[in-house]
Order: sequence, then C-alpha cells, then structure tokens
Amino acid sequence: MTTQTKTWIDVCAAEDVEIEDLIEVSHEGRTYAIYRSPDDTFHATDGHCTHEKVSLADGLVMDYVIECPMHNARFDYRTGEVKSAPACVNLKTFEVKREGDRILLAVD
Amino acid sequence: MTSTHWKDYTLTGEHSASDGTQPVWYTPDLDRKTLKTLMKRSDSPALANYGLWIGLILALGALTVTTWGSAWGVVWLLVYSAVHQSATARQHELGHGTPFRTRWINEMFFHFSSFITLSEGHYYRWRHARHHTHTIIVGKDPEIQSPRPPEIVSLLINLFNLKTVVLTTRDFLRRAAGDLGQGKHFIPEGEQPKVIRAARIYLGLIVLIVVACVVTGSLLPLLLTIGPRVIGAPLYAVLHFTQHAGLDEDVRDHRLNSRTIYMNPMLRFLYANMNYHVEHHIFPMVPYYRLPELHALIKDQCPEPKHGLLDAYRDIAPTLLKQLKDPSYHLRPALPEAAIAAE
Repeated sequence: MTTQTKTWIDVCAAEDVEIEDLIEVSHEGRTYAIYRSPDDTFHATDGHCTHEKVSLADGLVMDYVIECPMHNARFDYRTGEVKSAPACVNLKTFEVKREGDRILLAVD
Repeated sequence: MTSTHWKDYTLTGEHSASDGTQPVWYTPDLDRKTLKTLMKRSDSPALANYGLWIGLILALGALTVTTWGSAWGVVWLLVYSAVHQSATARQHELGHGTPFRTRWINEMFFHFSSFITLSEGHYYRWRHARHHTHTIIVGKDPEIQSPRPPEIVSLLINLFNLKTVVLTTRDFLRRAAGDLGQGKHFIPEGEQPKVIRAARIYLGLIVLIVVACVVTGSLLPLLLTIGPRVIGAPLYAVLHFTQHAGLDEDVRDHRLNSRTIYMNPMLRFLYANMNYHVEHHIFPMVPYYRLPELHALIKDQCPEPKHGLLDAYRDIAPTLLKQLKDPSYHLRPALPEAAIAAE
C-alpha cells in the first residue's frame, strides 16, 4: 500500500481573495482556484471546468457555487459537486488552510 | 460533405476533428472587479422585464380572442405573435442562466420560452454551449446560420421559420424515438435520456393543443400557443440573422465574427439586448440588462457598431450576393488602432 504525502504550499495572502470570489494560482504547471466564501472560509479546486477545460478564474461565485464563465456549468466549490450541466464530472477539490494572513494549499 | 458548400460544415466532416486543446479567444482589457460587478445577478430587473412581457402577452392574447372573427382579430394576432416570439431571444438568455439570480425562476421561464418556441431546452443548451466554444468555426459550430455560399431561397423561406418548423418536427419525432442525430456529437451519453424524454413530453403537449382545437372547434389554441413560432417569426429572423451574417469564419476573435448594432428601446426589449452580440460572446456570463454598460466599457477595443438594422443589412445583403460567386468573400470590421497596437 502506498501513502501519498501531502505538501503544503503558500499560494497567496488572504486579502488577495475578495469575499465571495476566487483567484487562480499555479504550481508546477497545474492551476488551482482558491475561493473565499461569504462566511470567510477558504476552499480550493482544480482551476479548470470539467466540461471543456475553461479556466474558472473569470467565473462567478454566488454563495457556495462557482459558475463557469463560458457555459454556465455550476459546482459547489466546497465539495466539487456538479450542480448543473453542461458539466457532468465533479471538480477535484484540495485542502486549504489559513495561517495568519497566508493561505496554504495541500498539493499531491 | 454537403454538395453545394465550399467547406464541410457538418459536425462529423473533415473540419470536425479536435486537436484536444482548448481554443483561446480574444478578450479585451477589463479588470476582474468590473467584470465581477457586471456579472452579478439580481432578480428585480428581470422580474420587471418579464412581468411586462407576460402582461403584454396576456393583454394582446385577450384582445385577439375578443376580436377574433373580425379583421382586428388578425391584426391583434400579428402583434401578439411578434411579442410572444420575444421568447426566442429570452430562451437564449435564460439558457445561459444569467437573467435571474434565483435559479428556479430562471428555469421556469427557460422551459416556458423553450416550449413556445418549439426549441426543446435541454437539447438547445448543449447545442448552444458548442456554439459559444466554437463560434462560427466550420465543422464545430452547430449554429452557423449561413454556410457559404448562402442559400438565399432557403433563407427567405425561413423568414417564417417554415424550414425550421419542418426540421424541428422531424427532429422531435426522431428524438422521441431515441435518435439524437447531430446531438449525439455534443450531448454526453448520461444526458441523452433527458433530451429524449423532453422530446416525448413536447410531442404530448402538441397533441394536447391539437385536441383542444378539435374540442373547441377553433384554431385559437394553436394560434395562441405555438402558432406564433411561424406568425411572429419574421421580426426575429431579421434580428437574429444580423448576429454573424457576412462576417468571417474560423477566426478566434468575436469582434470579427459577431456584430453589435445600436437599436431602439422597443427592439432591445423584444430582443433581450442581443444587439450587443460582440459583447455577449466575449463575456456570455454578463446578464442581458448589463450589456449596454459592458459595451460602453469595451467599445474602444471593438469595431464601430452598426447604427440600426438598415445599416447592418446595407453590409450584409451585398456580401451575401458576392458570396454566391466567391464563398471566400466576407466582411472584415475595422478594429480600433489602439486595440490593434495593444495586441
């Protein structure tokens, strides 16, 4: 049995992400979306929509939902669950934590 | 390949293959904060707009019914149908999910508009998603209205949606029987049963309308529900055709394959601001009621809009005629020098 080690990386300052919004960050060629919810919790998902790989960076965050800017696919960014078509595959989520003013992301 | 076209426009032809990469489209400079403000949704502007629309449908429908049998009945039916078919533009916006913040209100109006335009919603959404990914890209966009060279007679016949209604009826019957046609290329397998089920529901509703006509001994049930798809079609055929007609194909820049036209408030109401079509394609998540603001913010990076329908057709009509002889001919809107320098 193999265990995957988790690596925490510093991706941004908390103030870089507005309440009910997201930013895109990159690490080793992969993009991630970092969200700040209306109740000031942070979350992270893969940076691209599972429908047609459009970057979610220009998407709209409403409550706990991210809407893809191209085709309106909706996901719950806390769980990655698809809320409406055209996406059919859930978004991959990542652990995220706040340490002081910094946001740390757990990458595989 | 279809026989008369200069390229293969089908979704299974020589231009349909994907290289697996996500197409990159031109986007103008617009800061995230402003875009976010523009994308924000609110129920109130759409409720006021849709309330007025439904009110007009009810009032004009009542006038049609009460004057039916006289010449006024025909006049009111024409006006009713023109307002009723505003549903074509509304279905489009509702399909994007942008007019209302409250999802169920959006979906209620979406499926209502879809039925009265006989454009089943699930299928439409998948097809239109493809149109936005590959706008006027040959072999990939299923919504290219005028493949080159243009088929003028066919376009004229379709002023009353006659061709569309025949094809729609055929497609409903096929889909109800489980055959999605071109749809199987853009609808994921898991979603296909929804489209088939919806086609069967639509056919059932159409049968109910016909039964209502027989029972009442009147054509009014048909004329007031789906009849406007034909009677009210010309206005929207003229409006919709301006969106991309005569412009370039196979370019990843909506400024070169889409057209913005200034229109009066009445047309903008009926057309749900889709006259701002360049803006809509660049940022499809901006609700129709914020498109004039978006236009004002990026107009210095876009071609000069056309000033009214006549101005647009002064470009489109001669272009289509030239394309009859030379299918490679197309309009190329002048881009602002500042926008070119910035690229």
